[in-house]
Amino acid sequence: MIKVDEKGFYGKFGGAYIPEMLHPNIEELKENYEAIMASQEFQDEFRGLLKDYVGRPTPLYFASRLSEKYGAKIYLKREDLCHTGAHKVNNTIGQIILAKKLGKKRIIAETGAGQHGVATATVCALMGMECTVYMGEIDIARQHPNVERMKILGAKVVPATSGSKTLKDATNEAMRAWINNPVDTHYIIGSVVGPHPYPEMVARFQSVISEEMKWQLKEKEGRENPDIVIACVGGGSNAAGAFYHYYNTPEVRLVAAEAAGLGVLSGKSAATTVLGTPGVLHGSKTILMQTEDGQVVEPHSISAGLDYPGIGPVHAHLFDVGRAEFVAVEDKDAMAAGIELSQLEGIIPAIESAHALHALNMIEYSKEDVIVINLSGRGDKDLDTYIKWGGY
Amino acid sequence: MNRIHTLFETKKARVLSIYFTAGFPALEDTFPIMEAAQAGGADIIEIGVPYSDPVADGPTIQDSNMIALENGISLKKIFDQLKGFRAKIHIPVVMMGYLNPIIQYGMEAFCQKCKEVGVDGLILPDLPMQQYQDDYKELFEQYGLVNTFLISPQTSEKRIREIDENTSGFIYMVSSHSTTGAKTGISEEQIAYFERVKAMNLKNPRLIGFGISDSETFTTASNYSNGAIIGSAFIKTVKDSKNLSEDIQKYIQSVVN
Ligand SMILES: Cc1ncc(COP(=O)(O)O)c(C=O)c1O
Repeated sequence: MIKVDEKGFYGKFGGAYIPEMLHPNIEELKENYEAIMASQEFQDEFRGLLKDYVGRPTPLYFASRLSEKYGAKIYLKREDLCHTGAHKVNNTIGQIILAKKLGKKRIIAETGAGQHGVATATVCALMGMECTVYMGEIDIARQHPNVERMKILGAKVVPATSGSKTLKDATNEAMRAWINNPVDTHYIIGSVVGPHPYPEMVARFQSVISEEMKWQLKEKEGRENPDIVIACVGGGSNAAGAFYHYYNTPEVRLVAAEAAGLGVLSGKSAATTVLGTPGVLHGSKTILMQTEDGQVVEPHSISAGLDYPGIGPVHAHLFDVGRAEFVAVEDKDAMAAGIELSQLEGIIPAIESAHALHALNMIEYSKEDVIVINLSGRGDKDLDTYIKWGGY
Repeated sequence: MNRIHTLFETKKARVLSIYFTAGFPALEDTFPIMEAAQAGGADIIEIGVPYSDPVADGPTIQDSNMIALENGISLKKIFDQLKGFRAKIHIPVVMMGYLNPIIQYGMEAFCQKCKEVGVDGLILPDLPMQQYQDDYKELFEQYGLVNTFLISPQTSEKRIREIDENTSGFIYMVSSHSTTGAKTGISEEQIAYFERVKAMNLKNPRLIGFGISDSETFTTASNYSNGAIIGSAFIKTVKDSKNLSEDIQKYIQSVVN
């Protein structure tokens, strides 16, 4: 059974390894989030905004040309059509309503590529809340349009100048900022990472993805369960959302695509389950890329959204017990898959999502299999990378 | 008997604990800094184990961690440097570090090594009480290591009492809601918190840390507790030092006198 226990563990992974200074905040969340999420008032507001503001339900699109090419019935779950261009907003909508109910006045967040930062800045504008986004100095330079998007939306973007100056350091900075502002501030974490209850809470907000998949498949295929669900994994929030309602349906195969960067053995990779070992990062026990001495290693992927040295504890558990198949997709194969989808279906995917597409070349399936690929985001933010890459 | 317990039996006021980062400013400075801290009049030494992602620390300690790691420090190396230190150092020594490097070293191997070289206690800021009790309490006790917990102005009275029940060395009172080195000076709000905790009559001694930097802040903190911990200000002293031993002793004397 894939389920979080009351201490926040999925099997061996999870928990809340946090400095005592954050204990009251985490307790407050833990004590309240389930009751708030279960309330009719919350559900009405959450569902209402997902529908009218985000544009849900997102289509489940039968990709006929892609299906023909690969020899299977392939559906794309179109999270790329969400407002702001990725699944990230499902979570930020949920968390900002929660923050309001907890009486918080300010929001902080971390971002790597800027997608979660933009999704957070967006909902802060929507709710009239002050927003500060921490972003690695290096990411600020390489994701400039998203920095400006956040600023247009009224957010303050603070460079994280510590450590390797990327996503993991932005996360450290956000945690430090929370320690320094514990009372009136809510920290909107962008993936299924961090101390309990974040991983489960974020997964529940994202679980709308598989909730919709079920009835959409029922309509189209006459059955709720696909044979295979494929999603990319950075921290793992879109994958957790796409897997959530299938965790305990063993006949549905779950496939997680990690970023192999230049190759798992190249020294420039983000294939956490291949290269990582158990450890503690950002408040939870999980699998992470680290040196023998326990120093966290800087990963590499062409997609900034997958450039994280760990994975959410639920994915570490899915890996550990063999419930999900993990594949490691190299930069070059993801880029080719992104260009292929663009030209077969007229959809330019985010490079993160392109990793999930390439998994079609790495797993076994048969012609009758119904496969759902979670298309977590659109490629607009990645145009520069596509242009520099060429090959189309 | 554990040196931490012995210390607080004989000294109840103005206890000074000095935190420094192992392997900083230079790789082999670990032991010389300990010697100088003792000579200067420190009562406890906290050896910081460097980590790539120290979430509870501000820029000063972060930088010292980064430099120490660049210098080539590791837990293995620290234990090498500590071999035989008890020939010269008689005051209590505590290891302070984040969990991950210790987990990679192996928690039991770590405890065993601590005992072997003569470390008295541990401060693991990202090991919460629950996890300590579930996973490590027995192990630490088996190796005679005293585990210290932090409390902050936001910690509820109920939890402070729980922590007091589960600690036997001292309680580390974080002086304000902040990371290390973030604030200087002590505000009235902080004093109110110090008084509130003092009035709880806890069984354990209390040391106040974060934002303590000089004789004035040390004395103020000591008025409401059994003493204080200096970290970032000490790191700054060693960072700029041309003569470690002399500067450290001068600095510590300027704080305690
Ligand atoms: C489009 C897209 N997909 C996937 C991810 C990776 O995050 P997660 O693994 O949490 O879904 C990101 C992160 O920025 C993203 O923007």
